[in-house]
Amino acid sequence: MTKHMTGAEMIVEALKDQGVEYVFGYPGGAVLPIYDALFGQNQVRHVLVRQEGGAGHAAEGYARSTGKVGVLLVTSGPGATNAITALTDALMDSIPLVCITGQVPTHLIGSDAFQECDTTGITRNCTKHNYLVRRIEDLPRVLHEAFYVASQGRPGPVVIDVPKDIQFASGAYHFPRNIQHKTYRPKLKGDQDKIKHAIEMMTKAKRPVFYTGGGIVNSGPNAAMLLRELVKLTGFPITSTLMGLGAYPASDKQWLGMLGMHGSFEANNAMHDCDLMICLGARFDDRITGRLDAFAPHSKKIHVDIDPSSINKNVKVDLGIIGDCAHVLEDMVRLWRAEAARPDASALAEWWKKINHWRDRNSFGFRNSREIIKPQHAIQRLYELTKDRDTYITTEVGQHQMWAAQHYKFEAPNRWMTSGGLGTMGYGLPAAIGVQMAHPKALVVDIAGEASILMNIQEMSTAIQYRLPVKIFILNNQYMGMVRQWQELLHGGRYSESYTDSLPDFVKLAEAYGAHGMRCSDPAQLDAAIMEMIETPRPVIFDCLVDQKENCFPMIPSGKAHNEMLLAELEDDAGVELGNVIDERGKMLV
Amino acid sequence: MTKAYPPSPYSSPIGKHNAESHTLSVLVDNEPGVLARVVGLFSARSFNIESLTVAEVAHENHLSRITIATSGTPEVIEQVRHQLERLVPVHSVTDLTLAARAIERELAMVKVRGKGDARVEALQLAEAFRAKVIDATTESFIFEITGAPRKNDDFVDLMRPIGLVEVSRTGIAAISRGPEPI
Repeated sequence: MTKHMTGAEMIVEALKDQGVEYVFGYPGGAVLPIYDALFGQNQVRHVLVRQEGGAGHAAEGYARSTGKVGVLLVTSGPGATNAITALTDALMDSIPLVCITGQVPTHLIGSDAFQECDTTGITRNCTKHNYLVRRIEDLPRVLHEAFYVASQGRPGPVVIDVPKDIQFASGAYHFPRNIQHKTYRPKLKGDQDKIKHAIEMMTKAKRPVFYTGGGIVNSGPNAAMLLRELVKLTGFPITSTLMGLGAYPASDKQWLGMLGMHGSFEANNAMHDCDLMICLGARFDDRITGRLDAFAPHSKKIHVDIDPSSINKNVKVDLGIIGDCAHVLEDMVRLWRAEAARPDASALAEWWKKINHWRDRNSFGFRNSREIIKPQHAIQRLYELTKDRDTYITTEVGQHQMWAAQHYKFEAPNRWMTSGGLGTMGYGLPAAIGVQMAHPKALVVDIAGEASILMNIQEMSTAIQYRLPVKIFILNNQYMGMVRQWQELLHGGRYSESYTDSLPDFVKLAEAYGAHGMRCSDPAQLDAAIMEMIETPRPVIFDCLVDQKENCFPMIPSGKAHNEMLLAELEDDAGVELGNVIDERGKMLV
Repeated sequence: MTKAYPPSPYSSPIGKHNAESHTLSVLVDNEPGVLARVVGLFSARSFNIESLTVAEVAHENHLSRITIATSGTPEVIEQVRHQLERLVPVHSVTDLTLAARAIERELAMVKVRGKGDARVEALQLAEAFRAKVIDATTESFIFEITGAPRKNDDFVDLMRPIGLVEVSRTGIAAISRGPEPI
């Protein structure tokens, strides 16, 4: 049905038609007509953030925890530029976002008008696609196309830049129920012959490993179910990237833990020694592969990805299957069931024996203390005390993020929101706000560092305004811990600017915002303090003072291979000089 | 033990030993920003552009053809193609060098200054290369030459000692042979 309305009304109407519940945004001159259209309706709720970057990360948290498209609305110029980090973050981590930006009226574009910036120019390389709408006739199509492009295929952020005169202009609006893009039609179903070939390779494997990633989570809950089925059927070990945590239950015995730079000893060694790697929805990122020319040197590789450009990008594979993980997994499960051949059971048992031997090293282990809270211990206690609840975890970026990935055990997808590809400090609090909006009854914890949390601390005010009881669990060691760890590895322990002086009193800071503030430094008090945090029905900032010296292990030093991991025990016992483990070539890497 | 490690487009420096030149034909929606998107992709991912031509080829469908000459290892060329295909307004990407039966042409305008014997020599060479005189003064010519880029290179090289002033080239347009479309 076609209705006549203004451009601003079309935007709100399209959001309604797309089933959008929440828009995260911040008003300004170039979006006032849209804010006026939002006024006096309550189908689409607006969440007022305190900085546009917060809107972007909140939309990401919302999207990642629901599987729906996250929406943000920002003004022209600084509104758009503040959103850039979140857009880039969403592009790197394949999060579906639609970002509506205001723009100066069309006749002023290019004149260096007040709050003008070349939004489509600036966002071209940090979005999956973007639009500048110059004619009201195009607006309805562009709005719906943007949701299609953001959510279909490999998800990503899409920007719609709408000049103010277009927001005021009137035109005909209709909702095309079957949105089809004339060029963008991602392939969902994998090539059947190739999937058959993959199954054949799997039946012949002696040392196989599943290497899964965020693609499973993006593909939806069905993909995670099918993955569990296939892993059970085959009896193969499985590891996952940071982004894929939760797609496979961490409590299962076939689970090896996360792989990569701070992954488990067993996962990385299994990757190095495997003869068949089955990569599902991961992209061979440098945090995963370590030294590329020594990456899984004896293996054949199968790579399933919805994005053809991911295949053979960083690592050459033997069999690339283009398709959606859920579709390909469904075929794999079916073909595996129908296939008579089975892998060599004794070889597989031998492989598991080897893996269990690696597992016995207990690479996530650490020396606990009665005097001081070890950060790993804090995460473990948080996990034990929250695991039976409806819990969602977000993180900032740094050591605390890696400890969370290592020690918090995720059993289901969409429960773990972290900035993987871009590594954005300041992601966790706004993301937690987005998650809590979507899941008002759930327990949402932002595992944070004292440095990261200050990057978007202003969003506490948002949490208070919308009565979002998010819990900020700060592992406070007064250092930018990961920076310091690298300074030990590369720069002789010269801690250039990695110590944060003049930190705020986080308890008072919480109280100033109207939240509940807590502090704990005694391991004996930790459980009670965590329980107090959980039971408090308001936002909480928990300043957990942890061991300042602790570093994040195990670690693949840059420039090294999977089987050259640095374990915590080596540093403790054998007196390995941290400053000598990375060679000249590795120093160039990040 | 020597192992054959798998190559990666990002671990082998471009143009090292096995760099190849390829011509890609990219059919795109003729919409604002599409060229910037394509060019931005090349610079963002450190791919080479040796030549680039763009023009609308089907007005009623708003389609443009972008012909890009690029170079890199076979892995890089494959990455270039996939990255281009990933852009939303791109309809198709064809590697005309792999198609083998492609024709490439380029137009060049070559300004030469000289008097006496130099003028005679320039005209003779132009005739041999089937270049046309499109402007003449008592001390200069402008030649128009169309051909494969290599032929145009040769012509320009020959004009250099005679009195080459400057060159303006269109970049490569390419199409596949036979009745089938690209």
